[in-house]
Amino acid sequence: MTGYILKRLLSAIPVLLGITVIVFLIMALIPGDPATAILGSYATPENVARLNRDLGLDKPLVSQYFIWLSNMLHGDFGTSFALNRPVIDEVLERFNATLVLAGTAFVLCAIFGVMAGVISAANQYGWADKTITFAVLLGISIPSFFLGMMMILFFAVNLRWFPVSGMWPIYGDRTIWVLLHHLAMPAIALAVVATGVVARLSRSAMLEVLRQDFIRTARAKGVDERGVIWRHALKAAMVSIIPVLGIQAGFVLSGAVYIEIVFQWPGVGRMLVDAILKRDILLVQGGVVFVAACYVIFNIAVDVAQSLLDPRIKT
Amino acid sequence: MTGFFQLLARNRLALAGGVVLSLVILLALVTPLLPLADPDVTDTANRFKLPFSEGALLGTDHLGRDLLSRLLWGTRLSLAVGFAAAIVAATIGSAIGIVAGFYGGRTDNLIMRGVDMLMAFPYILLALAIVAALGPGLFNALIAVAAVNVPFFARNIRGITVGIAHKEFVDAARLAGLSNTRIIVSEVLPNVIPVIVIAMSTTIGWMILETAGLSFLGLGSQPPQADLGSMLGEARSALITNPHTSIVPGLMILVIVMSINLLGDGVRDALDPRLKSGALSRPMAATRVDRKGPLPAPTGAGLLEVQGLQTQFHIKDRVYRAVGGVDLHVAKGECLGIIGESGSGKSVTALSVMGLVASPPGVITGGAAHYEGEDLIGAPYRRLRGMRGRNVAYIFQDPLATLHPLYRVGDQLIEAIRAHRPIGREEGRRKAVELLTAVRIPNPEKRIANYPHEMSGGMRQRVGIAMALANDPDIIIADEPTTALDVTVQAQVLTILDDLRRSRGLAIIFITHDFGVVAQLCDRVAVMYAGRIVEEGRTADILGAPRHPYTARLMACVPEVGGGKRRLEAIAGLPPVVDRLPEGCAFAERCLKAQEACRRDEIPLVRDGASAVRCLYPNDPSREAAE
Repeated sequence: MTGYILKRLLSAIPVLLGITVIVFLIMALIPGDPATAILGSYATPENVARLNRDLGLDKPLVSQYFIWLSNMLHGDFGTSFALNRPVIDEVLERFNATLVLAGTAFVLCAIFGVMAGVISAANQYGWADKTITFAVLLGISIPSFFLGMMMILFFAVNLRWFPVSGMWPIYGDRTIWVLLHHLAMPAIALAVVATGVVARLSRSAMLEVLRQDFIRTARAKGVDERGVIWRHALKAAMVSIIPVLGIQAGFVLSGAVYIEIVFQWPGVGRMLVDAILKRDILLVQGGVVFVAACYVIFNIAVDVAQSLLDPRIKT
Repeated sequence: MTGFFQLLARNRLALAGGVVLSLVILLALVTPLLPLADPDVTDTANRFKLPFSEGALLGTDHLGRDLLSRLLWGTRLSLAVGFAAAIVAATIGSAIGIVAGFYGGRTDNLIMRGVDMLMAFPYILLALAIVAALGPGLFNALIAVAAVNVPFFARNIRGITVGIAHKEFVDAARLAGLSNTRIIVSEVLPNVIPVIVIAMSTTIGWMILETAGLSFLGLGSQPPQADLGSMLGEARSALITNPHTSIVPGLMILVIVMSINLLGDGVRDALDPRLKSGALSRPMAATRVDRKGPLPAPTGAGLLEVQGLQTQFHIKDRVYRAVGGVDLHVAKGECLGIIGESGSGKSVTALSVMGLVASPPGVITGGAAHYEGEDLIGAPYRRLRGMRGRNVAYIFQDPLATLHPLYRVGDQLIEAIRAHRPIGREEGRRKAVELLTAVRIPNPEKRIANYPHEMSGGMRQRVGIAMALANDPDIIIADEPTTALDVTVQAQVLTILDDLRRSRGLAIIFITHDFGVVAQLCDRVAVMYAGRIVEEGRTADILGAPRHPYTARLMACVPEVGGGKRRLEAIAGLPPVVDRLPEGCAFAERCLKAQEACRRDEIPLVRDGASAVRCLYPNDPSREAAE
């Protein structure tokens, strides 16, 4: 098992390098001169040239890439000119908040999505199946930012059950209950789309499995229907559900950008949008690379979970 | 193609989605012709007018602009950008996929590695990076959304192309000296386009959402121009005071995306052949029973007595009579063989007894199966479940497919016991080892920790037998248990079964298509053809002198080791399809002795002592013996 994890981690290295190359190339597309952008259009040519030299921008593209890469490996993602603060500090701080939000949403979508899919498949064409199928369709069709806004309107403004926005109140204690109170709406709004996708896939994976011979064997042994569905069928269906959960984690992370804006959540998505609008390129670069790397690592964890579930995978 | 549209039209939800989407598209197309207010003219005196107020059907926004007008123009823009992004992504992605799939080798490897890299990003990070580089704007958002979806198309289309690139017609075109470009355009592309269209129909809703999202973030369309996303984004600051400015564009996005999804699902379902055949429906816990007419009373013959059993498969409006009135019985310690070609209904007969025929599409439409006087066919599910495995146990063919791949065999054995009585962890383990010992698996203490894929075929089948023995049943129904095994292993498994029958007094119903196995194990044999028994009797009698022409021909198919120069004969023709059974004898078409009368009426199974035959002109055993 340790060997397998090590092997997967090693295989992630080219992917991570690829990510840095792609991000670097996209950023190299930026029209105009970053030094001019930083110094403003009234800068003297001498100042621009000096800054270009300081930033290493007079060097060829390839060596620029390697300098950037080696700096990142040393934990130096550069300095955000808009915030005047090391990129890595800002990203780490913001990523915490995103992790709380996206992590909760991911757990919600995994649990409720799989449960809905199993119930749907077990009652195929029954009223539970039809209700769930319709709810799923609604869930995957509604823009999460619109859903979030409607939830604010209804649950926060009209019913006053939850705070309108933010992660913490401006005054008061920072206890776990306060956090959960603030987290509930954004996490649910973020989880809805992914839950729908997971439910849909779990349903079809379950239907596929329920037709297999070993299900008939379980029934022939006298296993009751609950055992057939939740022990035999679900375990086998998880083999095709888990990779989708891995993909959904990416969608949850993506959706978090919108939800963070709608609910004023101090996460990395909101930071990126702000940085783009302020053209704070280093912050965008650092944030994108950092989050993408975390996603790659997460997917390795998904693979490991898969190999734990399925003994047929050679570890 | 008409079938496709019919199927699509039958799906009412898809139809509704199609109608709504067409309406929205039509509305977007005629927007410039409608007498609408200018969407960009501000009128700060009339800010935030409510819907249905005078002069503004849907009210006005924070700058006093007419919401209806802005909604329609925004819809137009959102649809245009969404469709454009889909077309761009589909074109570029498909081109990449076709090139990778068609050329294969290093080209393929290089391209797909790149695609994998792009897919390693959560999609929005890539889109944000692209917008960050190009700057905010609707056109740049379009490029970002298209770029993010290119890998999806590339990967799907590559898969299809790889399949096509190795087809005969492509090889033929190559041999004919056509250039690669010609082959791609004239042979590959036409076969790939339907897949591209389907992939587009399932992703276009997504792309509309994504572009709306970027605009919502302020990275897409820039004021005063507005698509639905940026309308929503601008309205957000007035969400609490004037929610209608948010609700109007938000609902529009929901309506568009939902109708696209409904239509897309309908298209996908209409094109999925499995859905048409009903192959995607889940089998219920027990076979559906729908018996008409009086039920046969038990006569007390044997431990299990099957009378007039009829099982059908209802697939769409076809009815397949898999079992058309079968009578059988088996006594304690006896082994009854059921023999026949595949599709003769022997497995369905066996599975019907305990309600294990997949349903839908299976339905038991008549007959009874009495176990110690109790009718199993009519038994409620709870009763049936209690008896499955405990009174009547099954052994199936191909144990790799019939054992659960993700549980250890020991746990599967313990579960079989636990299904009927509570048993502790330790005792369960001991019992599992005992069972494996009973079927002569060496090292049972170690073997219980194995997964099915870690065992050989013969070992797996022994586990299958051990599982059937777990609760000391009275009857074991073995459905071709040795078919997937090689000959030596087959012999071992048969020996185990025979010993168990003798030592435990088991009744065995043994289903096979192999006369050799029947000779070795069975006391009596029933021969099935097209869902009915055509001959029944003591094994020695039937093997010695088959009376039904079908039995005789079936036996002639078997080469005998050391049997000298017996002619090996295949039976000409195919068994009849059981949804269109002929009048009279089902075998008449393939029978050399068939007469006029054979094709006329129902032919009864005529009993004579221990043997029975369903034939008007059976072979005469005494004459046969004399020959």
